[in-house]
Amino acid sequence: MSIIIAVSVLLGLAIIFGMILGFSAIKFHVEGNPIVNQIDEILPQTQCGQCGHPGCRPYAESIANGEAINKCPPGGQATIEALANLLDLEVLELDGEHDENPVKTVAYIREDECIGCTKCIQACPVDAILGAAKQMHTVIIDECTGCDLCVAPCPVDCIDMLPLATNITNWKWQAPSAFSDHSHQLIATDKRPAVELES
Amino acid sequence: MSDFLLIIVSTVLVNNFVLVQFLGLCPFMGVSNKLETAMGMSLATTFVLTISSVCSYLVHEYLLTPFSLGYMKTIAFILVIAVVVQFTEMVVRKTSPLLHKVLGIFLPLITTNCAVLGVALLNIKKMNNFMESIVFGFGAALGFSLALILFSAIRERIAVADVPSPFKGAAVGMVTAGLMSLAFLGFSGLVQI
Repeated sequence: MSIIIAVSVLLGLAIIFGMILGFSAIKFHVEGNPIVNQIDEILPQTQCGQCGHPGCRPYAESIANGEAINKCPPGGQATIEALANLLDLEVLELDGEHDENPVKTVAYIREDECIGCTKCIQACPVDAILGAAKQMHTVIIDECTGCDLCVAPCPVDCIDMLPLATNITNWKWQAPSAFSDHSHQLIATDKRPAVELES
Repeated sequence: MSDFLLIIVSTVLVNNFVLVQFLGLCPFMGVSNKLETAMGMSLATTFVLTISSVCSYLVHEYLLTPFSLGYMKTIAFILVIAVVVQFTEMVVRKTSPLLHKVLGIFLPLITTNCAVLGVALLNIKKMNNFMESIVFGFGAALGFSLALILFSAIRERIAVADVPSPFKGAAVGMVTAGLMSLAFLGFSGLVQI
């Protein structure tokens, strides 16, 4: 007897919940962008986040907004081909790294080749280059923004842009995502007051 | 009032769900790579834990107890939690697209989080009343959020640290989680409940 009661109570509960869900699925139905739905169906729904989005649907939305289609490692080449077919795009190779941020670089002056012309000092927007006329110059790595502006003026081409790996000493918190959309490097003259950036 | 405060302190610090009771370890290790996702996950978990502890309390009190079906509580709670989460996801999606964007994918994922079921079952075991259940669920969620956000902040830093290669990735994450758990053991004895 107690088994019948238990089963019927749970069954009743399940039926009521099923009706609530079924009803609300119709009542709260959201018309999505049909393209986004189609893209979302092609993606493997592993929700792994390797594309840099929190789940497959956000990635589908940004594909619809023009993001590259080759950022889904679980889907592999088959998914890329299906997406290319759907969106009439070219088939791309799977992008394993898909670094959103370009590698940060710093200027490096080969000091024995430097003739001390001070042209790079005048070009530097952040005063990161140290030196005087006919003395060799050098770059203060912490100040350098990697803007490339000093490379062109150098008459002896002794400035290299070297990649700067992130490590525990120069690691920083990332700026909130609303600001980090500017993927280009800000140089000093680009910086506006914070108030203006927020608006 | 001081009872509720005690429950909060007890669940957030002393009996932290992740670091002391070892519930909900899956999202704790899985979603803690980025601070931003960890925050989204924490918000969603707070939401779900509070709501589901209320609902499972109601189901236990007004459905299972009258029929003396206490032994069915695990199955019934799983059902309740799944439905409540699914339902709130639909409502949030319809009414507030912005909130849905923040909580988004995390809501359905939390359905299978064992901390959620753990809170519901512990509420019954501790014989909490209605208000205590709410506070207990909310406190558990706060503790989960605290642990998750602290841990993800540490992991962002560890990701660029010079870790010996056998320890890279998940291994150093596990070691860090163990150390955090040890640190939280220091709170035991702060309150007795």
